Amino acid sequence: MTAPTGTAIELSGVSRSFGAVRALSDVNLLIAEGQCLGLVGHNGAGKSTLMHVLAGTLRPDQGRIAVGGEQHDRISVHLAQKLGLRCVFQELSLCPNLTVAENTRILHPSIKGLGWRQKAGKLISAMLDRIFPGHDIASDTVVSDLSIGRRQMVEIARAFTVSEGVLRLVILDEPTSSLDATTARQLLEFVREEVRTGVSCILISHMLGEILDYSDQISVMKNGQLVAFGPVAQFTRERLVDLMSGGEHPDRAARERSIRSLADAPVAVRAQEGGQGLPFVARKGEVIGLAGLSGHGQTEFLVRVFEAARARRADVTVAGDVSFVAGDRQADGIFPLWSIANNVAVGSLPALRNGLLLSGSKERELSSRWGRIMGIKAPSLDDEILSLSGGNQQKALFARALSTSSAVVLMDDPMRGVDIGTKLEVYDIIAEQAAGGRTFLWYTTEFEELEYCDRVYVFQNGRIVGELQGQDITEAGVIGSSFKDKDAA
Amino acid sequence: MTDQTLSASRLNIRNLPVWLWSFLGALLVWVLSFTIAGQGAEGMLVAALSFSVFTVMVGLGQMFVITLGPGNVDLSIPATIGLASAVAMKVMDGQNGLILWGLLAALVCGILIGGFNYLLIRLLRIPPIVATLSSSFIIQSVGISYGRGLQIKPPAALSDFTFSRFLGVPVLAIATIALSIVASVVLHRTIYGRTVLATGQNMRAARFAGLSVERTRLLTYVLSGALAALCGALLAGFSGGSSLSMGREYLLSSIAVVVLGGTSVAGGRANVPGLWGGALFLFMISTLLNTAGFGSGLRDVFTGVIIVAAIAITGTRQPLR
Amino acid sequence: MTTQAVHSGRAQNLASSSRQRLLRGALPAVSLVIVLAAIWYFNPRAISYFGLNLMLNLAIPVALATIAQMCVMATNELDLSIGAFVGFVACVTATYMPQEPLLAVLMLGGGVLVYMLAAVVIHLRNVPSIVVTLGLSFFWAGLAVLIRPIPGGAAPGFLRDLMSFQPPLIPMPVLLAVLIAGTVHLILMRSSYGAVLRGVGGNARAVHRAGWSILKAKVAMFALASVFGILAGMTLVGVSSSADANMATGYTLLSIAGAVIGGAEFVGGRISPIGAVIGALVLQLASSALNFFQVPFLPGGRIPQEWQVGAQGMFLILILAARVLISKAEK
Repeated sequence: MTAPTGTAIELSGVSRSFGAVRALSDVNLLIAEGQCLGLVGHNGAGKSTLMHVLAGTLRPDQGRIAVGGEQHDRISVHLAQKLGLRCVFQELSLCPNLTVAENTRILHPSIKGLGWRQKAGKLISAMLDRIFPGHDIASDTVVSDLSIGRRQMVEIARAFTVSEGVLRLVILDEPTSSLDATTARQLLEFVREEVRTGVSCILISHMLGEILDYSDQISVMKNGQLVAFGPVAQFTRERLVDLMSGGEHPDRAARERSIRSLADAPVAVRAQEGGQGLPFVARKGEVIGLAGLSGHGQTEFLVRVFEAARARRADVTVAGDVSFVAGDRQADGIFPLWSIANNVAVGSLPALRNGLLLSGSKERELSSRWGRIMGIKAPSLDDEILSLSGGNQQKALFARALSTSSAVVLMDDPMRGVDIGTKLEVYDIIAEQAAGGRTFLWYTTEFEELEYCDRVYVFQNGRIVGELQGQDITEAGVIGSSFKDKDAA
Repeated sequence: MTDQTLSASRLNIRNLPVWLWSFLGALLVWVLSFTIAGQGAEGMLVAALSFSVFTVMVGLGQMFVITLGPGNVDLSIPATIGLASAVAMKVMDGQNGLILWGLLAALVCGILIGGFNYLLIRLLRIPPIVATLSSSFIIQSVGISYGRGLQIKPPAALSDFTFSRFLGVPVLAIATIALSIVASVVLHRTIYGRTVLATGQNMRAARFAGLSVERTRLLTYVLSGALAALCGALLAGFSGGSSLSMGREYLLSSIAVVVLGGTSVAGGRANVPGLWGGALFLFMISTLLNTAGFGSGLRDVFTGVIIVAAIAITGTRQPLR
Repeated sequence: MTTQAVHSGRAQNLASSSRQRLLRGALPAVSLVIVLAAIWYFNPRAISYFGLNLMLNLAIPVALATIAQMCVMATNELDLSIGAFVGFVACVTATYMPQEPLLAVLMLGGGVLVYMLAAVVIHLRNVPSIVVTLGLSFFWAGLAVLIRPIPGGAAPGFLRDLMSFQPPLIPMPVLLAVLIAGTVHLILMRSSYGAVLRGVGGNARAVHRAGWSILKAKVAMFALASVFGILAGMTLVGVSSSADANMATGYTLLSIAGAVIGGAEFVGGRISPIGAVIGALVLQLASSALNFFQVPFLPGGRIPQEWQVGAQGMFLILILAARVLISKAEK
């Protein structure tokens, strides 16, 4: 191992676009040997794209990447493996049908021949022992039998295993998201230990505390660009937040608006929680936030409400129709073969009929009206939906939901990867619509958005563990509720 | 993230003329046949129309099913044709007065089969292909034991109808063209049709958009069964009686005309006129090979190769990330 | 990007999912025992060396076809052409192998190439295997008719000898079944490249990111499938000692049914070679057993011959229903 002073990887002028969207523009980044680089930025800032470029799963449009002094125009997955660049992606990269040892073998072509299972099993078990002492994962367990947290542990441990060649860089994308506090600490401590041996690390995390405590260098990304880079000592939590948002804070006036008294309004949604969870009530005209750590049952709750409006359910009652705004546009929202107009109108088909048949003029009228209200920027609404930028696609999904007659609108973290301008426009429309008597159930992972809510329910492990109102809706309040149980235990 | 890159490839004109090709292909083979092989041009066209009617009829049902999205395909069509034709012949009993009842019985039979297929898909949560395959085996057994020794001639009026012409054009072809137009309107201008197209593009999104996805799936499999049954009854009239193996060739041809006609096998995009192009093309090819003295073996080989080639051309490359 | 939420939302209970897998894994063995018990109940003498030899004589080709189907299913695809392909192989074997073995081998090698080409088309053009293999089924059926317009031909000596060999104590079909299951288990479940091959069905993206070629893996699986399809066709000729173009059309459903009974799933790369062979045996025994069942209200007290096909379809539906019930009971 060389002395930990050189440059492990250097990116110069790396750019990558998806259609009209510049996911990475002219990024120059230097990762020193034996150092941990903290990478922060909002959703859609370009962190994942950067990571995919390094892992060889995305080809950059421009720029060069130097690894250990050697220049490359692009890195293929094969080359990434050879150069010792490893990546722990957020969406797990294990084969659920294989055992822990078999998954380890997939990363190590050199483990073969007789006794390969034992070799792979020993390798992964040793690494698990090192990173997570006291873990209970056997190497012959089928991955689909492991909990999410344990899968993440396996994936992380696998990234650090070495059979032949060198390990140069490990990129950890939100590695602690599914880990409990103890294992998360074990991992971060291990990262510190590992970089001392000369391996470099990129740590991507939304937990700014982790970044500040465990990195040597920090770089901040925004809109596909690197906006700050320097040793950790130059940064504070406040500075990072400022850099990430670029000083553009959402309109704080929202917080000061008069707290509306809706306690007497009729109930729009009522859900009885099984177990020890709190009951859920949403009244007509309220904007209700669903908060808590991501993936703690908020989306499932929305889906339950959605289903209850279509078929009677014992545990949830909904007054009136509901519509749904998807956050994961590709998976839950967009019809990729259709025009913008078709995508907007599909939510209101029954109202667009003339007798038995759908009326083309009514469809055009509805979509152009809502295209205007939402401010969808497109040459023509007959253009394909995929010709729009992400933010405008999301506006089309809002238009679809709001153009219906539904009394309740469910929003599944709809602002993911949407630019701040679009966000502010949409926030205003939501407030307007709520004043007009619509109820909004709004799951969001971005704290600022909760400030637009009248009340907030905090979710943990699929249950509602807290309810906040008015002035109590603060980041501390939400975090306090999210971790209530853990403190008690 | 790949959305924009996808749209770029879709603007490519290569995707436009797929269904036109099938018409051009049919035209080419037609011209070849009467110039080189010395066939009567008009007679061949009329024959092509008469036979294409049945392929298009089952093709329409298959097209709606395939448009529902990946994995959706109805493999029970041949068995349904066989059983429904036997039912129709038995109910009609060779009497003109019973024709409507026979057609009705066949339709009910097809509707029940479609419903049964959907029930299997829904309750057993198995891919439609396996559901319709296993139900087709059951239908076959029912057909064999029901139609054993069945030698009933179709009612004269039914046979006459299937052969009748209006201004030289087979009446059945005119009726099926009308049916195709109706199907096209249903596809693009009704809530049901929109739901089929939406489901085929993204089933989850269709649910969240408030569309009745499950009811639409049920209706689609029922529609496919009913069209196959109607085809069976008419085919029995056309070919002078029912036989269980009558539907066999329609397994591949129903899928082939859908694929050749430019309907996306990945779902969400359907094309009705293309069905006719595909059906005419398949018929012309097989006639040409017949007149050239090739047997059924080579015809099958050719059809198979054409299908695979057509599907390979229309496919798209989607990179792994 | 968002899958994280989905993943953690679906946090699974360790104990319940592994128990469910065990139950599903036991399904083939349990159904084998049930079918054997049913046969024994109606006709105890059938459970003997000669009885099993008789009932299982067609089980080996079916088992090999099932393994072929399972290889394709492991990549999340389906092979609708396997029945026609087995028929094609049988026609080649019975027509050319005795006199012109080289030509026969060349033709069968061509079969492997076509399978590999199909995998390339399916993967690179991203098209459904259903349509491609359905097209191929006509290709194979057409070739079979060209080779053997009328039934006939003869089995090569070595195949006839192999299939009619009578080892002491254990009937030949049982011996061959154990041999097939063991070999395939070694190739797919115990070898180091086998893990990669199965990984493609489980999470192709992950395998790709680890630097493996998905295309190569799929081509390898299809090639393997064609090899077992060839073995199925050859053993079929060994048993029936002549060939006919349509002799194996039923194998498509049989092979899917066998693989499914044996615990294979349509997506996710979950396969079990041992289960698949057992599944094929169960299907074969079940259709033989139909001849023994006494059903009082039917004419002649027997299930009519024409219901054999339907019975196999129903058997598949029953097994799938049992699987759904198991996973429901576990919820």
